[in-house]
Amino acid sequence: MAKKQKKQVEEKPYKKPIIKKRKPNRSIAGDIALYVFLVLVALIMAFPIIYAVSSALKPLDELFKFPPRIFAQHPTLDNFSDLFVTMGKSWVTFSRYLFNTVFITFVGTAGHLIIASMGAFVLAKYEFPGNEAFFKLVTVAMMFTGYVTQIPNYLILNKLGWIDTYWSIIIPAFASPMGLFLMKQFMEGLPTSLIEAAKIDGANEWRVFYQIVMPNVKPAWMTLIIFSVQALWNNKASTYIYSEERKTLVYALQQIQAGGIARTGQGAAVLVVVMVVPILIFVFSESQILETMASSGLKD
Amino acid sequence: MSTNTATVDAKNMTTLQKYFTLRKHEAGVAWKKAKARKMCYLFLAPYAILFCMFYVFPVVASIYYSFTYYNILEPPRFIGLSNYISLILEDDIFLIGIKNTFMIAIITGPLGYILSFLFAWLINELPRWVRSVAVIVFYAPSIAGNCYVIFSVFFRGDAYGYVNAFLMNIGVIDTPILWLINPTYMLPICMLVILWMSLGTGFLSFVAGLQGVDKSQFEAGYMDGIKNRWQELWYITLPNMKPMLMFGAVMSITQAFGVCDVTMALCGYPSTDYAARTIVTHLFDYGFSRFEMGYACAIATILFLIMILCNKAIQSLLRRVGT
Repeated sequence: MAKKQKKQVEEKPYKKPIIKKRKPNRSIAGDIALYVFLVLVALIMAFPIIYAVSSALKPLDELFKFPPRIFAQHPTLDNFSDLFVTMGKSWVTFSRYLFNTVFITFVGTAGHLIIASMGAFVLAKYEFPGNEAFFKLVTVAMMFTGYVTQIPNYLILNKLGWIDTYWSIIIPAFASPMGLFLMKQFMEGLPTSLIEAAKIDGANEWRVFYQIVMPNVKPAWMTLIIFSVQALWNNKASTYIYSEERKTLVYALQQIQAGGIARTGQGAAVLVVVMVVPILIFVFSESQILETMASSGLKD
Repeated sequence: MSTNTATVDAKNMTTLQKYFTLRKHEAGVAWKKAKARKMCYLFLAPYAILFCMFYVFPVVASIYYSFTYYNILEPPRFIGLSNYISLILEDDIFLIGIKNTFMIAIITGPLGYILSFLFAWLINELPRWVRSVAVIVFYAPSIAGNCYVIFSVFFRGDAYGYVNAFLMNIGVIDTPILWLINPTYMLPICMLVILWMSLGTGFLSFVAGLQGVDKSQFEAGYMDGIKNRWQELWYITLPNMKPMLMFGAVMSITQAFGVCDVTMALCGYPSTDYAARTIVTHLFDYGFSRFEMGYACAIATILFLIMILCNKAIQSLLRRVGT
């Protein structure tokens, strides 16, 4: 069904005029001012990121040139290879930090996606006692940051014996309220008749969930993934994890930056490694994420 | 006479009984419904258990521990309100933290929120592909991880820091300013960086919401004589965006009061004269450096109350938008 629709869209491409027909109540001066303003702001917003990338590509002598240049004149990848070479000799290698972060992010995101979608599915599509109360509770939980619960969480994780393991980061991430909220709002837009039809055909709830509902909410998957990756990838993990060999990339970044001026280039390289993953995921899934966010509103 | 009171009693009894039987009946119906929907609870269970474990229970526990002296080694000892009393009356650094957090929240919260909406709205006018590039450019800082540490290079205290070098070249200052060590400049710089990162989840929600506004409403607006984009914004766009505005408000309040990463990365932890201390860094200090868990929980509880109350207040304010 979905495939067929896609084909139709391909056959009849929707031609949009490149220059939109102007709305009748807009002034030309206003439009020009708008464009100039937006370009200026965009440059300011992008500058620190561009600067970070270019300084990761600068060889050592260019890094300290004065006055500084924004773009590297002889770009190299030395700083990146240095990460593996010089840090390959240290006690905890760079690749280990990288592995820790990738592992935490991957497992945490996968688990969050499955568990939150299961919860969101019944909250959105079935009526049962406690349904609305639970969802209210989830929206309240979005109103405070994780810092509020950090100390009791530490005590709980301690009781469970998960302190200083990956699970201390991964398991709490499963229950992030944001993912459930967005997923539920998006699933409410699914036609109920779809589910009823499947039920008449003899599918039980589980099959409805993973054969009908999940394939139809793929845009929401991407949204859950980007938010979860963003939270886990940037996790410092310094309060729940003590062992050096289980620390994450962001922690390594801080260590390298504390290492002083001699490691500026490497610091910039780690910075790029840290920031490139969430941004790339976003770039490739932007339209799906925006589709999900359209149903993100809080109604009362 | 006595028979009269008896009948009144009986009547009362019957209404009371009626009430109880009704309640009982309702409970029975709910129970039956719940039983019929056993599958739903099974689906929800994994999430619900983890959610209660890591979000609901910790809040309750935090409130409980805030009334005790607890240092992990000894069992918690009940000491009443004295944690709160010493927080507010004796702990000067906490008051600095409260002041800083409110300063940051009051300036960056509303400003970031308005900027998010403003840029989402301006971007909405652009053609499609330009818009998607613009969304990436504006949203990237908030997901770029630790990219904000690059600002410590710009604001370095010696003459090689770019801001210092620039200001010295054009002759505004003669000696370099210690941007991140001098308490006068710390907070403004942190605010600048936070604003740079403030086009986050709320911004995405606004962009998506603006695309979803029904086009025919704008056309009806032209007919009814809406003259410029500002009138269109107030009378058509904003009322349509109310749910997204609520969501964005929740996001920016939560972010504004939870600030700590930026101040810790730029100004150090602890910062000079505690000039960049926030409520959350104070919480870290007591919770994870001094292990005074009861005291730290009192801080957490205060932070929790501030956030929830602020959210409720802003939501009731936003309900009036466009009316």
